[in-house]
Amino acid sequence: MVISSLLQGEFAMAQENNGTGAAPSLRLKLGLAEMLKGGVIMDVMNVEQARIAEEAGAVAVMALERVPAMIRSEGGVARMANPKLIKGIMAVATIPVMAKARIGHFAEAQVLQSLGVDFIDESEVLTPADEVYHIDKHAFTTPFVCGARNLGEALRRIAEGAAMIRTKGEPGTGDVVHAVQHMRQIVREIKALTVLGDEELYNAAKVHGAPYELVRMVAKSGKLPVPNFSAGGIATPADAALMMQLGAETVFVGSGIFMKDGAKPLDVELWAKQDAEVGLCTSKEVGQPRNPEERAEAVSRAKAIVLATLHFNDPKIVAEASEAIIGSMKGLAAAAIEEKNLMQTRGW
Amino acid sequence: MSSAPLIGVLALQGAYDIHAERLTELGASVRLVRRPEQLAGLDGLVIPGGESTTFLKHLERAGFYDALDEFVHTKPTFGTCAGCILLAKDVANPTQRSFGVLDIAVERNAYGRQNDSAILSTETTLPGGPMEMVFIRAPRISRVGEDIEILARRGDDPALIRKDSLLAATFHPELSTDTRVHQLFLDMVHQAHS
Repeated sequence: MVISSLLQGEFAMAQENNGTGAAPSLRLKLGLAEMLKGGVIMDVMNVEQARIAEEAGAVAVMALERVPAMIRSEGGVARMANPKLIKGIMAVATIPVMAKARIGHFAEAQVLQSLGVDFIDESEVLTPADEVYHIDKHAFTTPFVCGARNLGEALRRIAEGAAMIRTKGEPGTGDVVHAVQHMRQIVREIKALTVLGDEELYNAAKVHGAPYELVRMVAKSGKLPVPNFSAGGIATPADAALMMQLGAETVFVGSGIFMKDGAKPLDVELWAKQDAEVGLCTSKEVGQPRNPEERAEAVSRAKAIVLATLHFNDPKIVAEASEAIIGSMKGLAAAAIEEKNLMQTRGW
Repeated sequence: MSSAPLIGVLALQGAYDIHAERLTELGASVRLVRRPEQLAGLDGLVIPGGESTTFLKHLERAGFYDALDEFVHTKPTFGTCAGCILLAKDVANPTQRSFGVLDIAVERNAYGRQNDSAILSTETTLPGGPMEMVFIRAPRISRVGEDIEILARRGDDPALIRKDSLLAATFHPELSTDTRVHQLFLDMVHQAHS
C-alpha cells in the first residue's frame, strides 16, 4: 500500500504540474520523507543543541532562532532564521537539517534552498507573509513539510507540492490536546472517505476544498499520499507514544526538549577555549558543560522521546523512558490562549 | 525452509514499511524487527535506509547491537543506504561504529545533501537491462576488498555489492518498481539454505 500510494501520489501531482519534470524530484522528496519515518525531529537553536539532538538519536533537526515557546512569550515578527545559524548547524549535523520559511514567503524558501537545507517547513510558527497564497512548492527541488488541521488543508498543501504533512497542534505550549484533535480529525475524515461511492467523491472534494484527484486517491488507499507526521505541543515520551498510536508516522518536538520555565532555554553549552582565555573558566574545564544539570536535563529529555517514539506500543518502555527524564516541563494550557494568539489558525 | 522464507526488516526507523511491502509482493513472509529477540528464526534480514546514527542509538539498548552483530555474521543480510553503512568495515564522515562484516569503506552523505539526491539508470550485472537507482543523501563506497563482487556502479563507485550471503546497496531499490534486487536477495536466502 505504501509504495503504491506513493507512486500514485507522484503521478497525480506530476499531472497537476503538467509534466514539467516534477515527477523525479517529487519521488526524491517523498523518498527522504520515508527515511524520516519512525523518528523524532527536534527544534534546535544552536550548534550544541544540534549535537545533543543527533547524539540522542534524532532523525533530523529543525534549525531556528527561537522555538515556539519563546516566540509566543516574546512576540514580534518571527522570520526565517539567519543563514549563518543554519549553515553552522548544517556544518555539524550529519542528519538532515530542516529550516522554516514563513507561509507564502517564497523568497525565504529560495534562500533556504540555496543554502542546501534538506527540508523546508512552511510554518505557521513564523508570522505569515501572505494571507492568501501558500508557496508553490513544485517550483523547488528541496522538499517541503506543511502543517494541517484537517484533511482539506492537508490535501491543499499536497496539491501545492508538500512532500510531508504534519498536524499543527498548538506550538510552544507543551499541551498535546490540539495535536490530538488535528490527528483524530484527519484520520476520521480519511476513514469517512473510504466508504463513499464514486459519485459522492465529487461532492467530498467540494466539501474539503481539495482537488478531486487527491480526494479520490485518499478514498481508494485510506491514507494520505505523503507521510503524516505530528507536531505542536508534544512534550513528553507519553505524548509521543500517544501521537504515534493515533497514527502519526514521526513526531516533531519543538520547545519540549531545550526549554525550561519562563520560556528560557536550558544552558547546554560547553566551556570553550575563549572562555578560559578571558578567565570565565579554568583550562581544565574547557569542553565541560557550563551548567551540567541543565545540559543533563536536555540530554535526558531528547533520549527519552526518541526511545518512546520507537517503542510507542510498549508501555513498559515508555515508562522507562519517562522515568529517565530529569526535571519536568511546565506547559501553557492551550485552552488559556486567546483565539487571536493561536498559531494553528495561520494558513488556510 | 518452508516455501515462503521468513525475512526480518529492521524497523527501528526509516523505510522499513516499503521494504516489507516489496518482500511480501515477492512471496516472502515478513516480520518487522524492533527488539533483539525478534531476530530468532529469521531466514534473512533487511536493514533499511534511515539515519544510521538513530539506528545505532536504538541498538545500544537491551543487547541489540551484539545480537544483530551475530546475526549479520551468520545469516543472509541485505543493507540499503544506512543498512550498507552498518555492514561496512570502515565508516567515514564521521567515523562510527559498524558491524564490519563487509570489507568495504563507506563515506556518509558523500554525494551531497538532499538537493543532490538523484535518480539514475545504469546497466548492472543483473539480467533485464538498465536498472533505476534512487539515491537519497546517499553514502559512497570508497573502497572494496578483493573478495567483494560489484553488481552495479554509480559512475566509478560501487553501488550494489555482494559477498557470500550479504548484499548491500547505496541506493534504494524499495523506492522503485523494479524488484530485481529484492528478488536477488530472496534467491540468496534460498541458496544459503540449500
